[in-house]
Amino acid sequence: MGMAPTSTVFRDETFRDDFTFKNSPETVLRAPFPFDQDEYMYSVNMELHEAGEKGTAFEKPFDVDEHYVAEMRDRALVLEEDPMRCQSLPHMTLAGWDTLELLMENLSESYPEWFVLTRDGNNWHWINRPLDIDQKFVFGDESTLPYGPMEYITRQVQGDFAILDERDDNLWMDAGMVTTQADWSLDFDIGMNFMEWHAPVPLAHEKGIFKRALKYLMSIQQGNPARRLNWTMTVNPRLDTSPENYHQWGVENTQVTADNVADKLFLRIELQTLWRLPRSNAILFPIRCYLLSMRDISTVPKWAKRFHRVLKTLPPQLSEYKGLDNYRQTAVDYLLQFDDGGETTLGTAPE
Amino acid sequence: MSANNMIDVVVTQVVEVNELVKRFHFSRPDGLALPAFSGGSHIIVEMSDGEHVRKSPYSLMSSPLDTSDYQISIRRDDEGRGGSLYMHREVRPGMSMRISAPANLFPINNRSTKHLMIAGGIGITPFIAQTAQLLATGGDFELHYGARTTELASYVDELRASIGRRLHAYIGENIDFDDLLSRQPAGTHLYVCGPEPMIELVLAKAAENGWPKGHIHFEHFAKAPPGEPFTAYLSKSNKSIQVGKDQSLLEAMEEAGVDAPYLCRGGACGQCETTVVEAEGKILHGDYWLDDEEKAAGNKIMPCVSRFCGSNLVIER
Repeated sequence: MGMAPTSTVFRDETFRDDFTFKNSPETVLRAPFPFDQDEYMYSVNMELHEAGEKGTAFEKPFDVDEHYVAEMRDRALVLEEDPMRCQSLPHMTLAGWDTLELLMENLSESYPEWFVLTRDGNNWHWINRPLDIDQKFVFGDESTLPYGPMEYITRQVQGDFAILDERDDNLWMDAGMVTTQADWSLDFDIGMNFMEWHAPVPLAHEKGIFKRALKYLMSIQQGNPARRLNWTMTVNPRLDTSPENYHQWGVENTQVTADNVADKLFLRIELQTLWRLPRSNAILFPIRCYLLSMRDISTVPKWAKRFHRVLKTLPPQLSEYKGLDNYRQTAVDYLLQFDDGGETTLGTAPE
Repeated sequence: MSANNMIDVVVTQVVEVNELVKRFHFSRPDGLALPAFSGGSHIIVEMSDGEHVRKSPYSLMSSPLDTSDYQISIRRDDEGRGGSLYMHREVRPGMSMRISAPANLFPINNRSTKHLMIAGGIGITPFIAQTAQLLATGGDFELHYGARTTELASYVDELRASIGRRLHAYIGENIDFDDLLSRQPAGTHLYVCGPEPMIELVLAKAAENGWPKGHIHFEHFAKAPPGEPFTAYLSKSNKSIQVGKDQSLLEAMEEAGVDAPYLCRGGACGQCETTVVEAEGKILHGDYWLDDEEKAAGNKIMPCVSRFCGSNLVIER
């Protein structure tokens, strides 16, 4: 694949086998750290996805960073082994075109040095310089693209994508591209509604979280995207922690030791955004994954203190649901050296 | 959440459709395309009428395939609080206005094999957009359109030209809903838009004929009615506001700089539901959101359409 002659270098790295993934110091500081206080509990923590805050992952509507090219290479490998990671039920093709339009418009506006979209009626021309792609096609005509519209564009954008159809006062997961997931399966969830696919989450149902969240999601309007952050932890910088491949990564959960925890254990942050799509009235749900090693976190004093406290006080049901039990104490012990017990400031900024 | 997705537009045409209905065309001043939308969507039109800003919802009737030109049709309401009169009397080609991005509370079910549409009067407008969309995607539909007189059967000729025999017009005659609803193939979805009594009749007939609830869709925007002025105290904002006779409680909150949530502004979507903390007097509920029990309890109010008559109203906003 070609590389663009730009100031930002896309790292040549892997998310499997030899795991050469690494964050630059700048990428650590712009990560969307998910904890705004020292204890964590579920909440409907949604806010408007207003882009523009410089030096953060929210600067552009869809964030492209130094891991872009390598992540897309990893996605292609996952799809080669398991094409069912990308599925679209027959009534979702229009939503796929909506998705393609939204992503191409935003990427070309945000990063004109890398992405160019030219439109003459339905005759579109798409240039993606980092991935060395130059494609002319007819908007709305699937036969002019190498894949369906959703698959075509989501092979070129970081993060997973689910497309939710809205009907019967509910949202239905009827299409998606899911290769960088925290242990959930599109092939299992496809066709389910919002309540069904959230059924396994502990504590939140009792708090009425999902009922309120569903109401909020269905009120999302065109031009007013929303966002929330979620998190878990992952051993090794592996993007594809899928149930399908549990046999490959499950065993790694027991391999974290005091000696290797700093570089082997990662906070996995999901920046989830929600977009109302115009023609299909569906909702696009991108889930963008950021990985921070324990060592990365230790370079930001406030984050190290706070994450130490969050992990220490996490309710056991959540620790179990998120799959942290094998290494939580090791992480807490490691982070203790960075926590002087002093107060932390509110908010998520590195300070 | 409230809409901060307003769009500047120019009125390009005002067309008198008949004695009661005018059609308004909007384009972007820079000539670029307006946002794409799906059939059944509405926009909120912002009207600066004197010192007050009024915002009313109208269905988009233009084809979702054409985003250079948005069209709405408005029936003049001489009894209303003035929104339709303002549009009829004041709005001229060349005027600058602001509208919201489209939102759809009356969408087509994309998995359905057949769409049965029933329109009454000006309730025809969302179906004009939906049938244009279904013609393009090849969806199976029939449209049954009732109107009191030929003059009031807006767009019947245009529809006959575009959808041909799929249009069934009933001018000055009743539609036999029992017959219509009892002979549809399984999997058909029903869509109704028109005057409230017609919607209620169709919903009752559909229930009698065993239609599943999830297959029935209707849209009726309540109009924010005029009424006696009243005062409301907003407990979270710590503000006391005056609601004028031609103003809704929601508009008065907005005028006071309070960011209140809304989506349909027609008492249907539930977004603006607000807790009533204290009320000495009577809440004049005008919405379709709260059920009869909730209305009687008086703990909730929908400020987009409901008013108050009494000495003291405190709401949580």
